[in-house]
Amino acid sequence: MSVAHVDRQLPGETRAASSWYEASARERVRLLLDAGSFQEFIGPEARETSPHLRVFDLPEQFDDGIIVGCGKLDGSPVFVAAQEGRFMGGAFGEVHGAKLTGLLRAARDVKSAPVLLLLDTGGVRLQEANAGELAIAEIMRAVIEARSAGVKVIGLIGGRSGCYGGGGLIAGCCSALVVSEQGRIAVSGPEVIETNRGVEEFDSRDRALVWRTMGGKSRWLIGGADAFADDTVGDFRKAALKLLSSTADFGLDTLKAEQSRLEERLQSFGECPDALDIWRTEGVSDPRSIPALPADQFIALGDKIRRTSRDAR
Amino acid sequence: MTLDEILASLFPNGRDVKNQRGVLFGSGTLRSGEQALVIGVSDRTPLGVDEAARLSRYVLSSVESGKGPIVVVVDSDSQRMSKRDELLGLNEYLAHLAKCLLYADLNGRPTIGILYGHTAAGAFLATAMATRVLVGLPGADPVVMDLPSMSKVTKLSIEVLEAKAKSTPVFAPGLQNLSQMGAVHTVWDTSRPLVDQLEAVLRETTDARDRRDELGKQRGGRTKAADIAERVHDLALHTL
Repeated sequence: MSVAHVDRQLPGETRAASSWYEASARERVRLLLDAGSFQEFIGPEARETSPHLRVFDLPEQFDDGIIVGCGKLDGSPVFVAAQEGRFMGGAFGEVHGAKLTGLLRAARDVKSAPVLLLLDTGGVRLQEANAGELAIAEIMRAVIEARSAGVKVIGLIGGRSGCYGGGGLIAGCCSALVVSEQGRIAVSGPEVIETNRGVEEFDSRDRALVWRTMGGKSRWLIGGADAFADDTVGDFRKAALKLLSSTADFGLDTLKAEQSRLEERLQSFGECPDALDIWRTEGVSDPRSIPALPADQFIALGDKIRRTSRDAR
Repeated sequence: MTLDEILASLFPNGRDVKNQRGVLFGSGTLRSGEQALVIGVSDRTPLGVDEAARLSRYVLSSVESGKGPIVVVVDSDSQRMSKRDELLGLNEYLAHLAKCLLYADLNGRPTIGILYGHTAAGAFLATAMATRVLVGLPGADPVVMDLPSMSKVTKLSIEVLEAKAKSTPVFAPGLQNLSQMGAVHTVWDTSRPLVDQLEAVLRETTDARDRRDELGKQRGGRTKAADIAERVHDLALHTL
């Protein structure tokens, strides 16, 4: 076996065997893109750290918990950003957020390259809350500017920190989303709901409740994500490629379709007290079986009951 | 100022704004005779899936058939924190409302946020922060997150957080700190007619470019954001 042959073969096999959830942000980017194609902007060697964490005696990270750059996906140029959910919960601070804002503004100006957004975040980094909240507002605006210029922005969600707070709003601004079972998407996290409204409203320690309320399976079933991936880098790559070729341009019609989609959801499921009731209403005969279903069987079931027109976002 | 006083001072030539359970829908007449769309959240109402969907519907129908600026007045709670709202995908409803406002702004309908009371977290992002220009009125008290929740998430005591809040603008709640960051463009003088100040803002902001990071740099609140964003932008243009 020649070295060149190994180089060609390894990425696919490694991708198929690599858990998205377990991988670091750097591993995700390396394995997601074509081998050796990634180039980082303002990488850790630049040591652009957060100027705010020291106030709280917290350690800094040289890349401030996000990697931004460009590379190739199946031979075509793409911009990519990946949050490291294991540093400060992947939360948005000043530097972290500004790197993503800059990347999205570049995509808007270049117009021809899509953006892959590997979200893994608890939301605003509270130690620099004002800068983080504002960064999220700037990112949301930059996503819509990029999409208005014809750029597709695909969110990939399946990391340890999920996609919470302002991260959930950024996800909602993307052209399309890939989610795995592990990919929780929400605004208020379980602990925050419990702190504000009490354990009767939401028991944050009830993991099954958390997963079926905010987890990737329910999000995909009700139209909160466009594609469901098994927890491997290979599956995320396949889903991203498919969405890049199928996602429509952004405009007033997109927003009108989304308005209808969201109003229809309120009408269909607005009275459902639990995800199990939503799934039953949706046509799943045995909703209790959903959490344990392997990805292939779950997708087959979902494909039977989901309507693709629901996905305008 | 009460909401009625604010609306009267903004639109002395006439206004018709309905308050439907804390959600505002209506219009006001500018001095030119042009109509401004008015939406908002009042009475510290939380922004949940139902409220957000009603607001976005109203904005979209105006984008389709109307013209003129869009004024977003806000005195809200945070996003509604409930099992039901999250179950139904609150992130999509809030993002959709923000997208409708951003789309409007990028397509000839300048958006002006007026923060006259409280707001927080996701409700802030979906309304006031999704506008081209955000104005604060004296006494407004925006926060990113309430202290008990912050304490829960950061594992720091409320006492420690309160002490940090006094000395650290990037962390602490309040209009002044958010102005320093560049989030709030200007704070209006309520002793003067608001209509004059609104019309000045509409005259001065002629394009939809996001300058909040530059503003934060000028005001010393965010020393790194503008430069980092620009460096990444330039590297990306040269590399791809």
